[in-house]
Amino acid sequence: MKRNEPAITPELVAQHGLKPDEYDRLLKLIGRTPTFTELGIFSAMWNEHCSYKSSKVHLRGLPTSAPWVIQGPGENAGVIDIGDGLACVFKMESHNHPSFIEPYQGATTGVGGILRDVFTMGARPIACLDALSFGDPKHPKTRHLVSGVVAGVGGYGNSFGVPTVGGQMRFHSRYDGNNLVNAMAVGLAETDKIFYAAASGVDMPIVYLGSKTGRDGIHGASMASAEFDEDSEGKRPTVQVGDPFSEKLLLEACLEIMAKDCVIAIQDMGAAGLTCSAVEMGAKGDLGVDLDLDKVPCRETGMSGYEMMLSESQERMLMVLKPEKEKEAEAIFRKWGLDFAVVGKTTPTKRFVVRHGGEVIADLPIKELGDEAPVYKRPFVEMPKRPVIEAEDVKPPMANADALEKLIATPDLCSKRWVWEQYDHVILGNTVQRPGGDAAVVRVLDGPKALALTADVTPRYCEANPFEGGKQAVAEAWRNITAVGGTPLAITDNLNFGNPEKPEIMGQFVGCVRGIAAACTALDFPVVSGNVSLYNETNGRGILPTPTIGGVGILADFTKSATLAFKGAGQAIFLIGETVGWLGQSLYLRDICGQEEGAPPPVDLVEEKENGDLVRAMIKEGLLTAVHDVSDGGLLVALAEMAMAGNIGARIDLAPTDTPAHAYWFGEDQARYVVTASSADIEKVVARAKAASIPLSPLGVTGGDALALAGERAVPVAKLSERHEGWLPGYMAGSSAAA
Amino acid sequence: MKSAVLVFPGINRERDMARALKLISGQEPAMVWHADTALPAGTDLVVVPGGFSYGDYLRCGAIAGRAPIMDAVRKFAADGGLVLGVCNGFQILCESGLLPGVLVRNAALKFICRDVYLKVEHSNSPFTRGYNAGQIIRVPVAHGEGNYIADEETIRRLEGEGRVLYRYASPEGVVDPKWNFNGATNAICGITNDRGNVFGMMPHPENHVEAIMGRTDGRGLFSGLVEHLKQAA
Repeated sequence: MKRNEPAITPELVAQHGLKPDEYDRLLKLIGRTPTFTELGIFSAMWNEHCSYKSSKVHLRGLPTSAPWVIQGPGENAGVIDIGDGLACVFKMESHNHPSFIEPYQGATTGVGGILRDVFTMGARPIACLDALSFGDPKHPKTRHLVSGVVAGVGGYGNSFGVPTVGGQMRFHSRYDGNNLVNAMAVGLAETDKIFYAAASGVDMPIVYLGSKTGRDGIHGASMASAEFDEDSEGKRPTVQVGDPFSEKLLLEACLEIMAKDCVIAIQDMGAAGLTCSAVEMGAKGDLGVDLDLDKVPCRETGMSGYEMMLSESQERMLMVLKPEKEKEAEAIFRKWGLDFAVVGKTTPTKRFVVRHGGEVIADLPIKELGDEAPVYKRPFVEMPKRPVIEAEDVKPPMANADALEKLIATPDLCSKRWVWEQYDHVILGNTVQRPGGDAAVVRVLDGPKALALTADVTPRYCEANPFEGGKQAVAEAWRNITAVGGTPLAITDNLNFGNPEKPEIMGQFVGCVRGIAAACTALDFPVVSGNVSLYNETNGRGILPTPTIGGVGILADFTKSATLAFKGAGQAIFLIGETVGWLGQSLYLRDICGQEEGAPPPVDLVEEKENGDLVRAMIKEGLLTAVHDVSDGGLLVALAEMAMAGNIGARIDLAPTDTPAHAYWFGEDQARYVVTASSADIEKVVARAKAASIPLSPLGVTGGDALALAGERAVPVAKLSERHEGWLPGYMAGSSAAA
Repeated sequence: MKSAVLVFPGINRERDMARALKLISGQEPAMVWHADTALPAGTDLVVVPGGFSYGDYLRCGAIAGRAPIMDAVRKFAADGGLVLGVCNGFQILCESGLLPGVLVRNAALKFICRDVYLKVEHSNSPFTRGYNAGQIIRVPVAHGEGNYIADEETIRRLEGEGRVLYRYASPEGVVDPKWNFNGATNAICGITNDRGNVFGMMPHPENHVEAIMGRTDGRGLFSGLVEHLKQAA
């Protein structure tokens, strides 16, 4: 053992986030007291973030296969076959804890990390999406966090050169102490040129590539595995600093050496840096790894082995290269001005041996480091079901036209243009549908194929009923892809929850995962990658359960994609799907009536599939001129969004008499779409719905410059747009009225 | 049209530019590495594309403006060759001394990506002859530092010599502070050097060349260059 290292005491073990029983497990595994570096390595491998120790047993229940799935969960990203020899590589990951402590850098490194996961597999990134959750707009920190996170997401993606094409953003007081930053990256690769982490062959050179190693981000993964308290802001030094310029160079250099067939295995250095990447490459390849830290390019002098093993400096990669190609690979990296160093080799011993200054500072069994990480079947309880709220029991406090005007300017429903205009969403020249629609549509190479991309979840539903909420998140992603004409293929899930050691939080997690599994199975929409972020709690208060679903679908021909904007006057408007007027957990109930309560709308997955399949088929046949899914805010909000997008009004008929009007217009029943058709196609649309036995209700006709609801004051579309577009810029400019 | 697209580390719209050039001129452009010292023989047009050269951690374009390849570009321009700089390319041309003035942070201090409207000031330049004088085109911008400034004398000369080729305007062509989204002096969007053969602009005409992106208004800039070169030959 090195002389200057601290002695291993119970306090030091506790500081490393290892519980006493976990430390006992460690002792049993290696049969002696660990060195300081070894303790650090265990702490990095066994924390929640890296080991999934609380979530693993439940994640096994998710469906992960389909004929088009090339790689499911367990690699850097999921891979699906999209035909013509091409694969779509994608994943979503959170960077919640760092983004709260240092919003700009936390967000940039979140985007950087997920981009690296995608290009590590040999794919060129073609799009990013971001799902953001912030605290109450009135909370004094919220503006600062929104401003920093949005600037950070943009700052990285814009410079790296990938379009940020979609996402979502919400506000809720339950995120006051823990905002969420969930970043998704999507890339394209050839199906026979996918790169994996598993090393193969003994005595192969292990090469370190990219930026130098510094002291930033040490114990970042451990921070992400603990709750916050008042002192958390002192953890700023554990946040890494992003450098999109280096990442862009790393991308080009990696793709170049992959194209030259130099690479046997590759793993990016993300959470827990060199430790995690080296162990993963060895363990997956059934090999040992010898590392010599004296060879690691360092940004500062005097770094200890412990620091190098735990640094989370960004924009770094570890590769196993074909020995005969080493020189060629090195020349490519030098050309891009990046560090290239052989830092070790593969061995047949299945041991992870780390040397520094001529001494062995760690010697551990490589497979057990990952495989023997603790796995917990944590106790969980289901929360009591919330009562179903009958529409008749909710008194409308104002006219429906007034409620609409108010709702479309609320923090959750207002336009997010202020956000996505800070993201370059047109670079690469393939963005068919820009942010603001149901799903983004991005052309694949020169077309005509395109991908439909979306990120969705409704946390208040998940809180009220985790199972239904989990189902709904998947169903909404599926529906958004369908609404642009896409065939949904697969998802990535980013599961954000509170402290799993609390049975009620674990209950939320288990319920949501079961709901996700049910919906994925019913909709043939498997999970191919994902990330779990637990301990999103501050001073004992957890976030709303937020299992963000990133969905990918395919369109055979991007020119046939549907958009939500009304296209002209005199077109018939129809509602597809059934409306009972479900007000429980609706935004109407919360933001107009001031009650955040009740059971969320149930999701009938059979109905969901049938309705969506009909809509998609009609889009393909060119029968529909506009399509929009009905979600947050309900039917009238969906109509207003279509009117604002097309700058065309509509005359809307009276609500059916068997439902209270406010519940009809603002209820959040699932599996519904609003569509329009030109007069020549009306009969065909009606006939198609009838043949499929799917409810189709005429709602009115497009035209004029106002949204005119029968029996109510007509609301000019220009006024709706002004209110819709006004809230967020006003709020960010510090207007007190806005908050 | 034989074009050469310069590639500096951190440039990220070189593929967009190459695709537009290929689409409109029918000829694949040469991609020229920043460390090279010569342009391909027979180059008709040098294009400096957009991105974040060297990360733009210093003044935008400051390092790229001094890269080895820029000596060859300065020589090419001095010999009357056509040079087009877009976004970071415009910033690089200013930093390299090929164009006057500088681009500072947008007035709102934020990166902005949206479609904007440009008024074509006149069609007497190779860089505008694909359009009619007074025509309004819609193209996207995506930049944080596109606010053009220069000393009074330079602005007076640029305006007096007809070297301002495009201006930010309303969809109807009215030049109005409301539509001058980045705060540029006189709503200046693109300028030429005194000889008229070097041109820089902030927006991305290369992103509006196919119906897929919603508009094809950007084509005119490239087709005008093709025409100009055809006539010159």
